[in-house]
This record gives sequence, C-alpha cells and structure tokens, in this order.
Amino acid sequence: MLIVGELINASRKPIAEAIRNQDAEAIKKIAKDQYEAGADYIDVNAGIFVGQEGDYMEWLIKNVQEAVDAPCCIDSPDPKVIERGLAVHKGTPMINSISLEKERYDALLPIVSGTDLKVVALCMSDEGMPETTEDRVKIADQLINGLVQNNVKLENIYVDPLVQPISTKSTFGLEFLNAVEEIMTRFKGVHTICGLSNISYGLPVRKLLNKTCAVMAVAKGLDGLIVNPLDKEMMAGLIAAETLIGRDDYCVNYLKAYREKKFE
Amino acid sequence: MSIKDIYAAVLEFDSDQVVKLVKDEISRGTEISVILNDGLIGAMDEVGRLFSAGDLFVPEMLLAAQAMKAGLEELKPHMKQGDSRTKGTVVIGTVKGDLHDIGKNLVAMMMEGAGFEVIDLGVDVETERFIQTAQEHNADMICMSALLTTTMPEMGVTVETLKEKGLNFKTMVGGAPVTKEFADQIGADGYSPDAPSAVEMARLLISA
Repeated sequence: MLIVGELINASRKPIAEAIRNQDAEAIKKIAKDQYEAGADYIDVNAGIFVGQEGDYMEWLIKNVQEAVDAPCCIDSPDPKVIERGLAVHKGTPMINSISLEKERYDALLPIVSGTDLKVVALCMSDEGMPETTEDRVKIADQLINGLVQNNVKLENIYVDPLVQPISTKSTFGLEFLNAVEEIMTRFKGVHTICGLSNISYGLPVRKLLNKTCAVMAVAKGLDGLIVNPLDKEMMAGLIAAETLIGRDDYCVNYLKAYREKKFE
Repeated sequence: MSIKDIYAAVLEFDSDQVVKLVKDEISRGTEISVILNDGLIGAMDEVGRLFSAGDLFVPEMLLAAQAMKAGLEELKPHMKQGDSRTKGTVVIGTVKGDLHDIGKNLVAMMMEGAGFEVIDLGVDVETERFIQTAQEHNADMICMSALLTTTMPEMGVTVETLKEKGLNFKTMVGGAPVTKEFADQIGADGYSPDAPSAVEMARLLISA
C-alpha cells in the first residue's frame, strides 16, 4: 500500500499560516512526523496562493526534502507550478494530477512522457464529474491508454477514480468502490489511489466514514491512499485490511505493527 | 392548523405533508406571500441556522429543500408578479474551465429555498454567458464558484468585465480555495464560505 501523507496542504489553516510566515521549521516537523508514521510520499500543495503558488511550491519541496529522505507528491492543477516543483525536486516524485480535461491533459502529457515519474490520473474529463462506475472506467481507459502510448509505464500510473460526497447522493460510495475493482481487474498492473476526505463531506464523525471507506476500497483492490498518516486508527485499519485481503503473508506486517504498538 | 405546521413539516422533511398543508392554506384564503415567507422560507432559514450550528447536515439540507420545493410548486400557480420577484434574481454557475458543481448546487438550492429566483448555468460558464444571462433576466446578482486555483482568476475576469461595461450587477464568489482576501483582491462584492452564509450575503447585497 502506497501512503501519501496529505497534511502539507495550504487549504489547511496551520499550513497556510506556516507558508505565509515562511516558517520552515513547522513544515519540516510535519514532514518528519508523516514520514515516521509511514508516509511513502509527502504531498505538497500551495493551492490557495494564486500568483505565488509556484514560489511556495519550490519552498515547500526544498524544506520537506531537507527534513526527510522521501519523495514528494507535487499537488497542483497547474502544469506550470508542477514544472517549477520538478525543477527543484531530488529523486523521483509523484505528480498529482493529470486528468482527461483537455487543457490539463495536453499540458501535462509532455511533462510525464518518457519519464519515471509516478503520475496520479484523475478520472475527470471535459464532460464533467463522473457519477457512475462506467463513467469512471471510461475515463480511466482513455487516460491509461494515452499515458502508456506516451511512454509512461503502467506501474507508474495511479488512477484516482474520484471520490464524491456520499451526503449529496447515496450511490456515490458504491460507484466509486466498484470503479476501483473494475479498474484493477481490467488494467492489470495499474494502481489506484484516492483521497478520502470528499466521501464524508457534509456529515458528522468524518473519520469514521473515511476509515470505513478506505478499508472497503482496499477490499476492492485499492493500493494507494492520500491520507493523514498520523491518524492511528486509520493506519491500523489499513494494516488490518491489507492482511485480510491477502497482501500480508504469514501476517508479518500485522504482527510487526502489533509489536511496534501501532494498534494501541 | 396554521402556517407554523408548514414550517414544522419542512423541518421534518415531510414533502407530502408540506404539499397538503400548503393546499389547505391556499383554499382557506391565506395570503400567498404569508405562506411563502412565514412558512416555507422561514423554515429554510431555520435549516440554514441549524446547518451553520452543526445540528443539521448536508443530506438533511437536501431533504428540507425538497420539501420546501414541493410546497413552492403548489404556490407558484397562485403567485402574482410581486410575490416571486421580491427577493431578487440570481445567476449562478461554476466558472470557465472548472467542472466542480457540488458546492455550487448547494448554494443554488439554499438560494431557491430563500425565495430568490435562481438561474443556474451549470459548470464551465464563460464570462460572456454570465453577463448575457444576467442582462436577459434583469438579474440582481452573479454568483461564481471555482474549486481550482487555475480557474479562480476567471472570477476576476467577470468582475473586471462588468466594470469595463459599466454594469452594476452585484457579484459573489465562493468555492474551496476561495477566500475573503481573494474576493477583495478581485473586487467582488461578496464572499461566502458555505450555502447558508451565501443566502445571508445575497440578502445583504441585494437590499443594499
């Protein structure tokens, strides 16, 4: 399971504050905490700073990589910001994200083409937000084919089927979960990834819904998550889910987590 | 039986009951504007308050709006020109290049619930279309939503274009990455972080 630590996102107040004050130590600490809690990639997003997003993206990446020996997940809808991040990043980052929206697709394709970059492929097109499993699989199909034809390896593609709030339509959970299964079955070797906070938008006790959704998605084959790795219950749930779905021979990881007191 | 029961039925999300009670009130000769304002809109205001206080949640807001709308449909054939035009007309949409619509839909729904006439242009709406629609419907306000940092500047384009053309439709902006500072920076008249406060802001701006 690939874990992308989601906390360094400017839409969160403490992060926006740290960026505004150029508080490098605050950013480094959050990077370190997430890395130690098991994050494979550290997401960096400076999205709320229109006009300065590129500058802040560079600053975030530099500071994260000074603090931890982990790659970043460069998170921006703006290809120019992603390029600025790539220029300062050491090692091989993940790009979040390309989509089938024409402008974004055309701008990002040359950036990822022929590289070893990991790329999140978001199931969104110019036709709007996908609602059904079929909508999602159709977009995933075009994205995967387009990327592979442009020399992106299948194993570097992380399809994000797009999670939508269950509070606004009762089928949104099921359609997402079934899409994970369909994509993982139909395109052997590709990965799926998602963020979870959308699923619980507009409802109380969001952590409960987020965790349950994550566990259900793992059962459908999901193998990447953009998540808060400091959430112990979430991480414990993921470890148990992976053991249950057969990704943990002799329950080695489960027992290791137990001995490291991750279930307490 | 009274207007209070209509109010209560909306808050219980009981569409059938709302429809029945509204019909009863109409046949008793109660003023349409009283049924609308004190019954249906009053109840939706309470829904907004409860939502802001964290006592009601999005699915319940949807249910209440459905119940309110069912009652409104009963009222519509009886409404005179003045009844529906009093609150104002709002043109709403997600800006060009942006396809996110969940927040925008909630705002549109609560605005309807507050008695505004809402013209929802959907997603990926160009500046020209916002302005043209506002002119055609003699609207009071243009509401714009954006969920991406790459599309947020489109809001500024619309505000700017309105100024250039000397048109004084009020403007309100919102969406996850949008802040009050951003709204001020582009010269929008209003900003709101969620659906109930969008209603309050709209009332404030339109009465101004």
